[in-house]
Parts: sequence; C-alpha cells; structure tokens
Amino acid sequence: MTNPSEMLATINGQAVALEQIPRHDLATFQRIVLRETAHGQRVASYFGTASGNPGGIDVFMVLANDANSELNLLSSRIEGDSFPAMTPDCNQLHLFEREIAEQYGLRPEGHPWLKPVRYQASWRPGHDAWNRPEGQPIIPGSGDFYRVEGDEIHEVAVGPVHAGIIEPGHFRFQCHGEHVYHLEIALGYQHRGIEQAMVSQPVKRALHYAETLAGDTTIGHATAHCQLIEALSGCKKTVRAQSLRSIALELERLANHIGDLGALSGDIGFLPTAAYCGRIRGDFLNMTAVLCGNRFGRGMLRPGGTGYDLDAARINDLRTRLDQGEKDAANAIELFFDAPSVLARLEGKGILPAEICHTLGIVGPAARAAGLQRDVRHDQPSGIYRFVQLPLSTWDSADVFARAYVRWLEIRHSIAFIREQLQALPAGSIQAPTGPLKPGHLAVSLIEGWRGELCHVALTGEQGRIQRYKITDPSFHNWAGLAYAMRDQQISDFPLLNKSFNLSYCGHDL
Amino acid sequence: MINVIRARIHQKHRTIRFPDAPPPALPDRFRGRPLVDTARCPSGCRACAEACPTTAITFANDRLPVIDLGKCLFCNDCKLACPQDAIHHSDDYRLAVRQPGQLVLEPDEALVLAEALGGKMKRLLGRSLKLRQVSAGGCNACEADINVLGTVAWDLGRFGIQFVASPRHADGLLITGPVTQNMKSALLDTYAAVAEPKIVIAVGACAISGGPFVDHPETGNGADSVLPVDLYIPGCPPHPLTILDGLLRLLGRVDDHKTAMEKETRK
Repeated sequence: MTNPSEMLATINGQAVALEQIPRHDLATFQRIVLRETAHGQRVASYFGTASGNPGGIDVFMVLANDANSELNLLSSRIEGDSFPAMTPDCNQLHLFEREIAEQYGLRPEGHPWLKPVRYQASWRPGHDAWNRPEGQPIIPGSGDFYRVEGDEIHEVAVGPVHAGIIEPGHFRFQCHGEHVYHLEIALGYQHRGIEQAMVSQPVKRALHYAETLAGDTTIGHATAHCQLIEALSGCKKTVRAQSLRSIALELERLANHIGDLGALSGDIGFLPTAAYCGRIRGDFLNMTAVLCGNRFGRGMLRPGGTGYDLDAARINDLRTRLDQGEKDAANAIELFFDAPSVLARLEGKGILPAEICHTLGIVGPAARAAGLQRDVRHDQPSGIYRFVQLPLSTWDSADVFARAYVRWLEIRHSIAFIREQLQALPAGSIQAPTGPLKPGHLAVSLIEGWRGELCHVALTGEQGRIQRYKITDPSFHNWAGLAYAMRDQQISDFPLLNKSFNLSYCGHDL
Repeated sequence: MINVIRARIHQKHRTIRFPDAPPPALPDRFRGRPLVDTARCPSGCRACAEACPTTAITFANDRLPVIDLGKCLFCNDCKLACPQDAIHHSDDYRLAVRQPGQLVLEPDEALVLAEALGGKMKRLLGRSLKLRQVSAGGCNACEADINVLGTVAWDLGRFGIQFVASPRHADGLLITGPVTQNMKSALLDTYAAVAEPKIVIAVGACAISGGPFVDHPETGNGADSVLPVDLYIPGCPPHPLTILDGLLRLLGRVDDHKTAMEKETRK
C-alpha cells in the first residue's frame, strides 16, 4: 500500500492537483524513490521544471507500480547547482539524471557516466553542468568515450550519417578483431526542441509535434498527447473514439512489426521474407490510410476523439484487407521461422537478460522477449484496453530470436484484436468536447506503442497553460539495452542486433 | 527450398506498372494538393490562416488565401476551421517542383510540375541516378516512405535510381528533416564529399521549409537554408507515389498521357 503522505497514487490518464502531490526535501525524496524502485516500482518519468519559484528546480517523479495498475507521484526541489545522483543505486535513472543535468545545468554528483544526452544548450542561461562557456557552440558527439586499452584493441566509429536510409546517430565500438567489448552510443543529432516548443509555440502546433515526435509512432504519440489533454480538460471521450484509436494503434504496431521482421530477414540475407514483408508492411500502412487518408496516421487523432469515422463499407474494406494481409504475413513469416539457416543466425545472439531489463528499465517487446510481463495495455490500461484484454506475448530466451518471435506473436494478437473491434464497433459519436485545461494540475498519459511505453506528462500553471511538457519515448529507456546486448558479440552482427531493437533516434532526441 | 517456391507462388508478382500505366488507386481519404474555392471566401475571413499550424496560408490581397505547399502539412486544420466549407484536398499526388516560388500558389494558378534536368545533367543522370540520403532531423516518416520505393511493389532500381552507402558513390543528396543544428555540419560534410556535378533533392515539409519545426532555434528552416536545392517534393510525409513522380519528372521519364488518372484531374 502506498503511504499517501509519501506518494500520491493515481492512474494512467488522470489529472491531479499539483498541491496534492507530496513534496519532500531532497534526501527524503531520494530515500523513497530508492526504496520503491528496489521493491519493483519502475521509473516511468523523472524530470525537472523551472516553472515553480525562481532560484531552484522542482523535480517530479512518476513511478509505475505495474502489479497494481497504479502510478505514484512525488516531488522535491533542487537548490544550488548540484544534487547527489541516485544512478549508482538505481541504474534505470542514468539517462534521466543526465537529462536533468543537461536541461537545467544541475550536476548529479557521483553519476558514473555524466555526459550530455542531446548536446543542447542548458535551458537556464548561466547554469551548465559541464561549465561550458555560454554562447559557444556545442559539438554533437564531442567529449570522451569509454575506451578499452590493450594490444590490438581498436576503436570503430560509425555515424552520424549511416549507410542506409536511416536517422543519424554515432556509435563507438571497442573491439579486438571482430569481438566487441563495449559499445557507446551518442545521440542528439535529431534534436528539434519539441519539449520546449510544446510550451512556447502556439497551442495549434501541439498535435503536430506529437505526430512528428517519431513519425513511425504517429498514432502512439498522438494518442498519448490527446489522452493527456483530455485528462487535463476533464473530457470524457466516447467508446467509439476509444475503439477507433485502438484500431489505429494496433495497425501501427502491425506495420512496424512486419517491417522489422522483413528487415531482420534482409540483414541475415534471407531474401524471400525480406522482399515479402517489405511489401506487406505497405499493405498495413495502406489500411491506416483507409482510416484517415495518411499511411502514418496523420490526422487520425484529435483531442476529444478522432478525426475520422468508419462507415460500413470501410469496415468491410478493412476486414477484407486484414484477411489478405494476415494470410500474406503468415506465409512470409512462417517461412522465416521455419528455415534452420535463419534460426542459426537468431538464436543466442545479443542476449539482454531479464535482470538487466529490470535494472535498466527496458520496455516493450525487448523486455517481453526476456520474459518480463511488461505491457502498458496490460499493466496500466487506458481507453478500450480497460475492457478488452490482449494476451501478453512473452518469450524467455532474451536473444534476437526472442525479440523477433515476440513480434510475430503480437502480430497475430493485434490482427485478432482489430477484427474483433471491427466486428462490434461501439455506436455513437467520435468526438467529445474538450474544455480549457484545469489550472495547477499534472497528468500522466501512458500508451503501449509498438516499441514500448510512451509517456507524456504535462503540468499546467495558474492560467491553465501548459508550463512543462515531458515526453519519454521507449527508445529513451532501451538504447542502453542495445549497448549492453552488443557486449561480447561480433561487430558484423551489429546490424542484426540493432534491427532486433529498431529504436527511434528522433523519439530519443525530441 | 520447396517452401520458398510455394511462398513465392503465394506472394505473386507485385511490381506496379507506373509510370507506363496509371498508378494504383489511392484511398478516398487521401489528402493531396489542397484547393480553395475562393468564391466562397467572405471578405476579411482569416479562419484558415489562423488555424494553420505552420503559417502556410497567407492572404495575397484582402480577399484570397494563398497556400504555400512547401509549408503545408496536408493536415485538416484549415479545412475544419473554414466556416464556408471552401477548402478540400484533391487526390492529385503530383506535387514536385523545381523552384521554391512555384510552391506558393495563387488560387487560380496551376502548379508548374518539375521540369526535367537540362542537357548535360540529363545525359549524365537520366538513366543512372545514385543518391545518398541524409536525414537531418527527419521524423522517420519521410525516410520510411523513401525506403518503400526500394520494395518489390515500387522497384526503384528499374529506373536506374539507387540509394548508395557512400557520398563518394553518389550523384547527389536526398535530404529529409528541417536540418537540425546538430546535423548541419555532418550534412555539409556529406555534400562536400559528393563529386561534381551534383544535385540536391528536398523531400517533405521539414526539408523544404522546416515543417512543424519552422523557426525553432534548434533547427534550420529546411535544406535550402544551407544548400542549393534542385527538386522540392512536398508532403508530410509525401506519399511514395509523390516521391517517385518527382524523381521521374526530374529525369524526364514521366509521360502525363500514360499516367493520367481515370477521372479528369480537378482544376
């Protein structure tokens, strides 16, 4: 049971008054966080805000108690230019603390690897965690990288511009021949300033920022954003809108999972499945375009509901396409998993064991592939997922095979789910009115995107304007997992391992 | 092996015949070029411009809204805000142009679609165009639908167009994203590594104008803020057909008679 004087218990998609969130001195705050994370709570979000009294930075922690479908909130305040790091005792905070250091110029003392996250200037002029002179350009990827020394040890640097049509990032491998001892990943090349823009730019842009945060997760992030606005404005969306949103979200999952299996197949050199899945992925994107005219789901979501409805003809069209898509996908993917030469390339590669997933706070298919029962649709359900449960897809070998196979399991469950929704689409309107945002409130919105947990948090000020908007893409949690899984692997297997996670650069860089 | 052959029979031949035949049907909700029925616009009404997230709509004189296709996200915000129901999206997928000014359309002006490269460049690149793609803040939607052109359905290779791994092997760059501050120098280095003569293609609202990130201090306002651009392909993201149409127009390989859509394209 949560002690209400320590943490405020709330649920996904609900707004709470800021004054209800227990506020502790920093030492007490850290003691509670370390105790709760040691007992299995998960860090969904941790961020600073300068919107309170000047001089210090308020920090807010969102802990997920997945066993009870509960979110726990607590806050504190950091005075001065440094604070004791919690990362040595709670590894899943490592990037969150680096982010606070970068955004507010606060130094987490004792952080074992204090480097910038996105190579951006501090939001508080005059405060910089690395004492960099103000106004001097910050070079992305600059600074020291972890190095292994010794005879014949060499370093391989890749990126930011990669060989394929792919977003930019920088990778440093410490190798001995083919053998990789360590991989360090430097990102930030895609930084577009979205968290800041959510507050400073006109409100009419907000939905478009959500849709382009990570373009392959348009529906996921737009749903998370709309759910947040609805929570803060007290809007009750209709059951029909919730159902339509879930259809779009599962179509997004299907297109991406099928594309990923094709891409894995391509990296192995198993060309039939690579060729077929590349096309079948397009068939699923086209189903999203039947919904809303755009293959990525732009325009499908609007605060209060959806931008488009489905009529009987369109439902029939979708069902026909879904049946055909299922047959084609099964044909291509079963071929993949039935080929011994494919399995030999997947099994035992890039293991990310369950205990490391817990330690690093890994989410999504990568966590489920290690046997973790972790899925927002199951643990912190919102919308239609409160009434309709999808089976949780897990595997336990924690390798590239498991990450591929969990996707295949999810493909089948998502198709069955969409078929069920289309068969009995709830009647009613697709839009409910949204009013002004409640002043002085905070809301948390979680959605299980195809990569894992998407977390949006917003805080409103006295006038009901958003003062801080915090976004956590699953990639923010999972990039460290890829680096870990690369240890003691062959460098030529990196493309395969990378695809088995397929993380977002812009979702991380914001 | 027998399973591979069985699967091959199940999956069939899928490559589309475009541009030698009309393209596959687009969904009826497809949002192509936005059109305004200006006869319906009441004097002084600014509802569409006020709703537009990217200032793509301006007013030429006191009456007529003008849409900049380079800034347009092809969203529904203007359409929903219009009290007169005067705005709708056509299903015309053809949007690529050679000059940025051609993206700003007076209400009754026809879009000047991209002309082919001139003499020497067309001779050099017309039958073999190798491109290096650089994402400079792209959200992975444009990137994904460029990748799609490599699938069996589109088979970009049949036109001699190929995306290559090194700028040293490339005839030009295809840029997505608004050009973030953090990617600017890598983009310029990549451009410098491409041998002359070279071309630059900007794909998507971000790469043309900054898109939703226009005027952010963390980003530039598109590729032509740092490099000369030869072809602009609007959209957020552009449909693969829009991208393919643009690339083929640049190489002078689209015949509008063959690709003409069944119904007459709207004025």
